[in-house]
Amino acid sequence: MAQRVLFDTQRFNITVTRLSHQLLENHGDFANACIVGIQPRGVFLAQRIHNYLSKLLKRDIAFGKLDNTFYRDDFRSSDKQLTPSQTEMNFTVENKTVILVDDVMYTGRTIRAAMDALLDFGRPKKVELLVLVERRFSRELPIQPDYVGLYVDSIAEEKVRVDWKEQGDDDKIVMVPINKP
Amino acid sequence: MSQLSVKHLLGIKYITAADIELIFKTADSFKEVINRPIKRVPTLRDTTIVNLFFENSTRTRISFELAEKRLSADVLNFSASASSVSKGETLIDTVNNILAMKVDMVVMRHPAPGAPMFLAKHVDTQVINAGDGTHEHPTQALLDAYSIREKLGSVKGKKVAIIGDIRHSRVALSNIFCLQKLGADVTLCGPPTLMPQFVETLGVKVSNNIRETLEWCDVANVLRIQMERQETRYFPSIREYAMYYGIDRKMLDGLKKEIVLMHPGPINRGVEISSDAADSGHSIILDQVENGVAIRMAVLYLLSGRKS
Repeated sequence: MAQRVLFDTQRFNITVTRLSHQLLENHGDFANACIVGIQPRGVFLAQRIHNYLSKLLKRDIAFGKLDNTFYRDDFRSSDKQLTPSQTEMNFTVENKTVILVDDVMYTGRTIRAAMDALLDFGRPKKVELLVLVERRFSRELPIQPDYVGLYVDSIAEEKVRVDWKEQGDDDKIVMVPINKP
Repeated sequence: MSQLSVKHLLGIKYITAADIELIFKTADSFKEVINRPIKRVPTLRDTTIVNLFFENSTRTRISFELAEKRLSADVLNFSASASSVSKGETLIDTVNNILAMKVDMVVMRHPAPGAPMFLAKHVDTQVINAGDGTHEHPTQALLDAYSIREKLGSVKGKKVAIIGDIRHSRVALSNIFCLQKLGADVTLCGPPTLMPQFVETLGVKVSNNIRETLEWCDVANVLRIQMERQETRYFPSIREYAMYYGIDRKMLDGLKKEIVLMHPGPINRGVEISSDAADSGHSIILDQVENGVAIRMAVLYLLSGRKS
């Protein structure tokens, strides 16, 4: 089974722009809101949205990178040891609205860990979740996104992969089969 | 490469350059954690760690304890002076009794070289060497190299002088292994009586001239004169040692280039290093202490999450 392209570069960029405008609709000038990308790949999306909105609003919006490795529940159970990425939060989230950003939402466990990590930087007024891809019907925790780029219904033997220009690929979303040995 | 090649951290000799890089990269993340308003992460909340100290220590024990607490581990402290060791219990019995109470990891300092290796062979748990006699002190070497990397960008190709009491120093031996694995040049400098015989076979240069050594090096790691291990008179007097091998501000200012000054502590002020040098801009002694916590968190994290 070959990989299937769900979004090519053009659709991809239209969707990122649409998500940015949805945020704009709800948060106006972002005076009390900040964008936080989840390491490693949520940061690419968060960075794009941040750049787009900063240019549009002609002001710098608070932006952070959050690594959830130390908060994960699969610390010992995953096959590979988890390698942390850098957290860069140069502000507290006390009383702010935080928009958490990730690329693909699947079981919800990543988001749970990210929320725990986030709360170590203060008590936010509200936390919202933005994802590029929402894999429906595969949730293991009661967590739902507020902004979604693309809904995908997939089986467990498939994996949704997002390729990023920042990693040397064309921007696209693909569905790939998981090779079982 | 995302996990360590070893189950225990017994010495730098037994780990690879890739292991060291992995520890450094992980320590970068923990350094960010310990500078947050809330300095604790829940990663090791299911782990109990015992700090077994058969020899006195302040900073290493506090640093390990803090690292364990920052990772949310449960911590037990044990010091030999107030225990059944003084009643004649053997090392393996002591440790097995502690492990029977469901302890997951052992951090041990012991006056006998090789004690952690012996323990690792005979008990079923992970062992971290926090200093064994005059043999190795791996986490100290890691934090020293990490501090050099932080200050100078990398360790590779740097010239590092280790100065002072090499003979009695576990810090020196671990540092030599660590720096060489990372591609640094090492020179040892000290009085001939404090230099182990045949130490050149490790691939290091040996010098007895402190001025030449300081002119040569990028980094000077100054070791403590171990008063407690001077049962034989290795040098005539402390004053004479300070005269010939002590480093002061005037000496540093007279050098052609700026060098980085390190010391594993505790400092004998006015002996191996003067106060004006230790407190000068050259010195990264307190950075070493801060990095020690991050490095130990990284080691605990990586060993604890390792798949056997």
